[in-house]
Parts: sequence; structure tokens; C-alpha cells
Amino acid sequence: MQKNERKKKEPQKQANLFTNYTIITNQYNMKGNPIWEVFIRSKNGLEHRHVGSLHAEDAKMAMENARDVYTRRQEGVSIWVVESKHITASNPSENGEMFDPAKDKAYRHPTFYDLPDELEHI
Amino acid sequence: MENKNKSLIDYLLILGDNSLILGHRLSELCGHGPSLETDIALTNISLDLFGQVRSYFQYAAELTGGEATEDTIAMKRVDREYRHTWLVEQANKDFAYVIGRQFLFDAFHLPLLEQLVNSKDEMIAAVAAKSIKESRYHLRFSSSWMERLGDGTQESHQRMQTAINDLYPFTYEFFEETATEKIMHEAGIGANLKTIETTYRQTIKDVFAKANLEIPSAPPRKTDGKKGIHSEQLGFILAELQYMQRAYPNMTW
Repeated sequence: MQKNERKKKEPQKQANLFTNYTIITNQYNMKGNPIWEVFIRSKNGLEHRHVGSLHAEDAKMAMENARDVYTRRQEGVSIWVVESKHITASNPSENGEMFDPAKDKAYRHPTFYDLPDELEHI
Repeated sequence: MENKNKSLIDYLLILGDNSLILGHRLSELCGHGPSLETDIALTNISLDLFGQVRSYFQYAAELTGGEATEDTIAMKRVDREYRHTWLVEQANKDFAYVIGRQFLFDAFHLPLLEQLVNSKDEMIAAVAAKSIKESRYHLRFSSSWMERLGDGTQESHQRMQTAINDLYPFTYEFFEETATEKIMHEAGIGANLKTIETTYRQTIKDVFAKANLEIPSAPPRKTDGKKGIHSEQLGFILAELQYMQRAYPNMTW
């Protein structure tokens, strides 16, 4: 009986998480500035990676803030900023149907080839 | 030779003290900026300026010889020996004053460094070459905030214009050539303040137009900061800046 109760509560918890998540991505700070996500390319040839977020009134300010907050220790050679509201996030309460089906499909990994010994880093 | 060194040391102080005192003013805001992002941006600028000061003062200490170090030059002079202009010692009354002061300095600092890159003194040229990228970013930062506040809400516009009305009359001092600056300019070491002023007024005109701000018509403030005559503000700045070295002489950490 108790076990069942606990199971029933779980989805609700996830729904709350999700609600928090949407609030975060649309959040404004006290001064009404929207949130921006920051992506940094650490060196040429590598991809941009998400490093964090910040508040800014407009794209120019977001770029300057990103430079000042996230690249002051030589972390990068290129910056992308995008307002958080433009990002569509997957819904954590749908993680089951989204990600679980891939779990038992090991054949999707390219691990069934015989590789020559000279090939490294694969 | 000795005379030439004296002028050169003097010139290094004129160059360095603007960055030292402005850097100190900005450091007062560390942890108190209007937002986390702006706080760290202003602190970055402060550190850039201190870095430039170190280069100037290390060089000045080397020329002075004896016991002089970058620290004794920064920390152990009395008020009359500081050579910065009045603009940079003005207080952080509100964010508009911080931005206004920064912009009015950056618009001068960048063309100054652009000239010093070609200085006949190799050290000064090298410091300028290193500082110029920093300064270019500072100007970009401060002018974009000038536009944002000046062309923002009614209140931000009002505050920005008030700050500018107060600060602008101090800008004329940059271009009043002292005897030292004249000697250094003629020797090909220092900058030509006249040509900088032309660039300066044009930058002001362009940014003010974009920021929807009026150029104040108030007459120049007659100030002699570069000759060591300062406002009462400097006493408070030095009390804080020099406290540790005055209270615990020669302390290190």
C-alpha cells in the first residue's frame, strides 16, 4: 500500500521540476532583464559549448557580459549568445518515451567492426 | 640626461596616475555593482587599469633608482605628488556617474594610446601596444552604456544627462599641456594633445548624438590635477588606498 503511494507521488514531483524549468528559462531578473544562454568555442576547430547563462537587456549587452563573465581567463575564441526563451527544451516528464527506448539497442553503436591496429583514438 | 629622466618619470606619473585613481574608484564598486554582470565588468576594467599602472610605475621605479619600486610610487606619495586629472577622482555617485566618468576617460585614453604606440621611448610604446586592446574594449563598453542609459527610460536619461553636466567641464584638463607634456611631445616620446582633442570632441559628438544626450555648454573647470593640485576627494581616496602601507610600513603578503 505504501509502495503504491510513493509511486503515485513521483510523477507529480517530475511535473513540479518541469514547471520550475519553464519558469527558469523565461525568468527575468529584478530589473526586468531577460536571461541569455552563453556558448563558448574554446579554440578553433572545436565546437561551441554551453557554459552558463546571464542577464542582459539586449544582444549587444549579452555579448559584452558574456565576454566579461565567461572569458576573463582565456576560456574562448568565439562567443554565441541566445535568449533563453528561444530554446525549446525537452520535457523531463516525457523522459521515458524520449530516451528509454534507446537503452537496449546496443547495435546502434558502431562497435561491430574489426579495426586495423594502426587506427588510434576510436 | 638627468633632466630628461626627470621629465620622463614625471610623464610616466601623468600617464599612470589617471589609471591608478580611476582603477581605485572602480575597485570601490567590487561587490556593489548594479548586477553581477556589470559588477564583474567594472572590476575587469579596474584590473586592466592597474595592470597598465604597474608597467608605467615599474619603469618609473627603474629610472628613479634607489629604493623606489612600483609600490612605493603607487602607495607612498603625498597628495600633491599625484598627477591625475580631476575627472578620474570624481565619486561613484550613481551608475550614471560611473559610466559617464568612464566614457569621458576612455574616449581620451584610446587616442592617447594610439599615439603612444609610436613613442620613441620603447617601453612606453610597448605598454601602449599592450593596453590599446583593453582600452578599445573599455570604450566600447562605456559608450554602449552611454547609449543605453541616455536613450533609455526618462529616468535613466535624466540621470545620465545630470552626470554628464557635472563631469564634462573636467574634460578640458586632459588637453591643457603641462611643461612636462610639452617636453615629451617635442622629444617624440609623448603624445600630441591637440590632435587627440580633435578626435575626442568628435567621439563625444557621435556618442552623445546616439545616446540622445546634450553636450553641456558649461565653461571648463579650471583644474590643475596634472600639476598636483587636487580636490578634497583625493584625501579620502588616499586614506583608503594607502592605509595598509601607512599603518604597517613595508608590509607584504
